[in-house]
Amino acid sequence: MQIVVDGLVKLFHIAERAPGTWGALRGLVRRRRREVRALDGVSFQIAAGELVGYIGPNGAGKSTTVKTLAGILVPSQGRVEVMGRVPWKQRIDHVRDIGVVFGQRTQLWWDLPVVESFELLRHIYRVGAADHARVRDELIPLLDLGRLLDVPVRQLSLGQRMRCDLAASLLHAPPILFLDEPTIGLDAAAKLAVRDFIKRLNRDRGVTVILTTHDLDDVEALCSRVMVIAGGRILTDGPLAALREQVAGERWLTVDVDDASAGEVADPDATVLRREGHRVCLAFDPRRVSPSALIARITARHPVRDLLVENPPIETVVARLYQE
Amino acid sequence: MSPTDARPYRALAATRFRALLQYRGAALGGLFTQTFFGLVRIMILAAFYRASAVVPPLPFEAAVAYVWLGQAVFLLFPWTVDPDIRMLVRSGNVAYELCRPLDLHTLWLVRTIAMRTAPVLLRLVPMMIIAFAVLPAVGLGEWRMPAPASAAAGALWLASFAGAVLLSSAMTVVIYAGLLWTVGGEGVPVLVGTLAVLAGGLIIPLPLFPDWAQPVLIALPFAGLLDLPARIYTGVLAPSGAAAALGHQLVWTGVLIVLGRWLLARQLHRIVVQGG
Repeated sequence: MQIVVDGLVKLFHIAERAPGTWGALRGLVRRRRREVRALDGVSFQIAAGELVGYIGPNGAGKSTTVKTLAGILVPSQGRVEVMGRVPWKQRIDHVRDIGVVFGQRTQLWWDLPVVESFELLRHIYRVGAADHARVRDELIPLLDLGRLLDVPVRQLSLGQRMRCDLAASLLHAPPILFLDEPTIGLDAAAKLAVRDFIKRLNRDRGVTVILTTHDLDDVEALCSRVMVIAGGRILTDGPLAALREQVAGERWLTVDVDDASAGEVADPDATVLRREGHRVCLAFDPRRVSPSALIARITARHPVRDLLVENPPIETVVARLYQE
Repeated sequence: MSPTDARPYRALAATRFRALLQYRGAALGGLFTQTFFGLVRIMILAAFYRASAVVPPLPFEAAVAYVWLGQAVFLLFPWTVDPDIRMLVRSGNVAYELCRPLDLHTLWLVRTIAMRTAPVLLRLVPMMIIAFAVLPAVGLGEWRMPAPASAAAGALWLASFAGAVLLSSAMTVVIYAGLLWTVGGEGVPVLVGTLAVLAGGLIIPLPLFPDWAQPVLIALPFAGLLDLPARIYTGVLAPSGAAAALGHQLVWTGVLIVLGRWLLARQLHRIVVQGG
């Protein structure tokens, strides 16, 4: 196994103080510390060439896991091996074999043109000039970077920057890539470009990808395997289809009606989630009623102006999973 | 290609240096301000020298050179920190620096060397031209920068200037390790900076301090920033004594690097990155 995680626990200590002046004064004398278990016994294994989605709500422990795997966080307990190395102990050798992209921040140099950032990375990872040029010239058309190379990073749009960051993380040809919310804040076109690239990278070059995200569509488009984490524990780990059958078998239908009949929209095979003015949101199980039949019944009874069928948002899915 | 190969650090320092050389406006403004305050400080010194009942322990001409050298290496003093590194520490993003196959202490040290050298060189050269040539031309010859005491003194001063850059940078990285201690990130630099400016001779040349303070001031690392190079330049310290001064800088640089590495390793070990 390329990545082995066994019984990972990470405790954070958060200093707390009581509110108000009295609390502040008391805090001078005695600090209260609260313990937060960001990871509470996480275990999984990932083989070379897998593309794994890692999802969960805010504060679930996704980033903590990725940071531990990337060697920048030392866990409180547990065992981690990535390509036979313990990330935080053999950090420098370890980070040479991984690529990391954090969606919320860039690893490029803010005031340098993209191509100069690439050149610096070549020196940092001690890549030979010929190898660097070969990898770079392969990545440029794949990510459509041709026109961005001479632009200073601070002038790039978020989508352009993310494409450059992806290229930057791969210049040293790492066999493993960690992506922490790579599509956050991107518009639809940029999301598609990023997804398409990740898919090809995994399929054509066998790069192992671990993708954390809030976007269930990312997972659907890319991952054959999904791990769901909440409250510092892995709730499920398996193929996407299994997860969907287990919890996300539900679909949501949102209908906009033209008149005041919104209050009457209902169906025996669906439950009303909420009504807001002319809009009604219904939940249904596609195994019990086909979406087309349900839509046909509702449009026959009400003047429907617009409708949308979607997956429940990831938070709802995970919240439900957590309750079970 | 050994893992301790200097290539990445050299490339990073060169890039940073080139980037900083672009700040011409800041250099010009700094040049003007520091020339002005240099003149003010010389006038104050001149008044004290004239009014003094005893013969001051530092000849007036040497004091003038001391002031000009101090104004020129003003930004060499470890009282400013790299804003990027401060941001990294404040936001907790410092951990991301560890994603690179680099040693963090060395990385920050070369970054700081670039940060200290670029603006100082940008100002040192024009300031010396003003102090050497322009002042006598406008009738202020008494306050001009004197030439080095001898060719040997000039060469040794250059060596001690390089030593001062290393010393100041090693000191700054210790400050960065201190930044990791306090989340606010203000206290440590202000404390060390004030101490360095005072004990480094930037306000009053160290030879003019009381006799009882001399041994302490000379022994402290801050003396290596300006005082020792200035003494070498002016010939107050003979070339034969310069070896000891350079040794002082090197030993303190070594001590501060060891201290900085130890502190940084300790701080990084317990670092907490918020996230999840």
